[in-house]
Amino acid sequence: MTLTASAATKSRTNIARTRPAPRRHVLDLDDYTRSEIEEVLDNAEAMSEVLNRDIKKVPTLRGKSVLTLFVEASTRTRVSFEQAGKILSADVINLSGNGTSMEKGESLYNTALTLQAMRADVIVIRHPHAGAPYLLARHLDAAIVNAGDGAHAHPTQALLDLYTIRRRFGRIEGLKAVIVGDINYSRVARSNMWGLTKMGAEVVLCAPPTLLPVDFNRERLRTEDHPFASITVETDLERALEGADIVMALRLQRERQEAGHLPSLREYSQRYGINARRLEAAKPDALVMHPGPMNEGVEIDPEVAHGVRSVIEEQVTNGVSVRMAVLTALAAPRRRSEDGE
Amino acid sequence: MRHTAGIAPVLIRGGRVVDPSQGIDGVADVLLEDGLVSAVGGNLPADAGVRALDANGMIVCPGFVDVHCHLREPGFEYKETIATGTRAAARGGFTTVCAMPNTNPPLDSRAAIEFVLDRASAEGAVRVLPIGNVTAGGKGDELAEMAELAEAGAIGFSDDGMPVSDSNLMRQALSYSSALGLPIINHCEVHELSKGGSINEGWVSNRLGVKGVPGSAEDVMVARDIALAELTGGRLHVAHVSTVQSLEHVARAKDRGLNVTCEVTPHHLTLTDEAVMGMTAEGSRYAPLTRQAYDPNAKVNPPLRSPSAVEALIGGLKDGTIDFIATDHAPHNAIDKMTTVDEAAFGISVLETALGSLMSLAHSGDVGLPLLIEKLTSAPAQFLGRELGTLRPGAPADVVVFNPGLEWTVDTAEFASKGKNTPLEGATLRGRVVATVFGGKVVYGGVE
Repeated sequence: MTLTASAATKSRTNIARTRPAPRRHVLDLDDYTRSEIEEVLDNAEAMSEVLNRDIKKVPTLRGKSVLTLFVEASTRTRVSFEQAGKILSADVINLSGNGTSMEKGESLYNTALTLQAMRADVIVIRHPHAGAPYLLARHLDAAIVNAGDGAHAHPTQALLDLYTIRRRFGRIEGLKAVIVGDINYSRVARSNMWGLTKMGAEVVLCAPPTLLPVDFNRERLRTEDHPFASITVETDLERALEGADIVMALRLQRERQEAGHLPSLREYSQRYGINARRLEAAKPDALVMHPGPMNEGVEIDPEVAHGVRSVIEEQVTNGVSVRMAVLTALAAPRRRSEDGE
Repeated sequence: MRHTAGIAPVLIRGGRVVDPSQGIDGVADVLLEDGLVSAVGGNLPADAGVRALDANGMIVCPGFVDVHCHLREPGFEYKETIATGTRAAARGGFTTVCAMPNTNPPLDSRAAIEFVLDRASAEGAVRVLPIGNVTAGGKGDELAEMAELAEAGAIGFSDDGMPVSDSNLMRQALSYSSALGLPIINHCEVHELSKGGSINEGWVSNRLGVKGVPGSAEDVMVARDIALAELTGGRLHVAHVSTVQSLEHVARAKDRGLNVTCEVTPHHLTLTDEAVMGMTAEGSRYAPLTRQAYDPNAKVNPPLRSPSAVEALIGGLKDGTIDFIATDHAPHNAIDKMTTVDEAAFGISVLETALGSLMSLAHSGDVGLPLLIEKLTSAPAQFLGRELGTLRPGAPADVVVFNPGLEWTVDTAEFASKGKNTPLEGATLRGRVVATVFGGKVVYGGVE
């Protein structure tokens, strides 16, 4: 090693001490610090300014390629990423499960190797199986963004939810958020549990016990050091909603009823559907959120979904800003000073 | 049978000989002649023509007996063959392996059993004893021809991988086989409770968003099978126990004098479901996930359980509730494993890491070395009712020599097994086989 090289190494080490290493992937919110989440939300704020311009284009990701690989159906998330990438001038290529070689039985691993050969800078993946983005992150050089993996995580959805909450209330800390519905199967709920607790919100889960993860069914499984020790469970919706600032409804998959988790959608809707009467227990300015797509009349009453408290459409708009912030953080060329070179 | 004439005598000198079948534990020499154990004692003379192995500082014990492994042949030769599986066994110190019948075709006919025995005698590095199916085709609808399978050489009956779900059929199987004196080895799993699940149900499955399998899926069937063993007077062996309640059921059955035994695997004794989150030795189970999370190689059936279950299994091994250790060696090809946890095949390639894993229990003081060796030798031999797992003069010259303190790093590229599927890849283990002698021949290693 020459003297110059070791000096460079030294200066890089110093920078690493003052700034955490830049994030390589967005797989879930479990590895985000509160300040990193705040940084994303701040950057999203700046991005929303671009989004509201007449000419929605900035050169931030010019020459970078963003590949969206959606092995499970999605409209809003894929389009949201695509729009975010295009506004940032990235080349966006969309692959879906239909019509790709995955349909012909090619394994995820082999598809991944093909994508590697294409030198994508960022791969945005949605997959029906939990952990698929981790498989890509293990084997590929590209930055991986998890756009929803099975029942595991949907980190950009949670970030856009946090962003929407902060925009409305100016803060997240101390707010009471009630997540209602199919929690055990919900990647949105799981990522929001990390995001909301890290930001200091009070989180209450509300669902019939058959739709709750076992940790939340049996209190003894949650010891003091459990990351979700502060989260409470309330199976009665009206009690759960008392004093709520945020009501997050989750999509109820019809398969849950078929699998015997519920007697009927009717009974579920009667006990756990969000309607105007139940919302009276919440704070007067409480927000109603839903990650979409909604089963109106099942988990949420149409009157509420499109009512004054609903921020459901705003969530969609905010999704683009948040994803612009996420893609920029992963793929924007770093300034020399940041890399310490 | 294997020809033994012309095998040079082998003298294993100066090792610590541990043979629980005779209560031997001390420094001694072991002399093997004509494929049989000829003597164990101090300062045995090394006559001309004797091949001498220096075992100073080593443990010398009977070759390990594995009552439960998957050799995949016939039908799944891309995962393992009798040749590669038995070489893996030799590398792991096993001189007898019992092959599970979930092959293609399954071992539900005399022809299939004979095929395995023929192939083993032609290409096997160690002894292979086949297990026949309980039901025809392993389909769970009607009984296999168990008497004929026994005649052909089956040492017991199992539809492993699949439980015998139909309670009446299980009753008939236990009853019918009681006349043969052979066990029904059941893989206890209630499918209605385990369906779609890949890993243990609990914090880890919740954390990963992967569908879990509750311990009850096992407990319920263990309880049922014990009730049926009592009803029929049949001989029941519970494969790979993994839960606290299973152990409680088996312990009660033993107290009542029922003919019930059970086994445990090295991985259920040494790993928890945290292995699926990726092996970070110092990491907390609540730490953020890394790219190593969702390790498909830690997906096994029954699933790796919680730390408290592991503790209970170690207790069960010590108090005798668990009769012996069996590997459930389940080799797979990379294409069965290089995918998501949901999609990956169940199973771990165990034969070559079993001793190193288990020795962690001896090093930590959790299980004494003689007991550990007993559970790998005389205890499974007793289950088989054969003169194996012993260094008694006249017994087959099956011996393993291992270095109890040798540290080594698991590198699956070195495996003899075709199955590289282990969550222990890259892990450091302490304790490694130095030489394996089968029927008087050195089939692995051998420091002169």
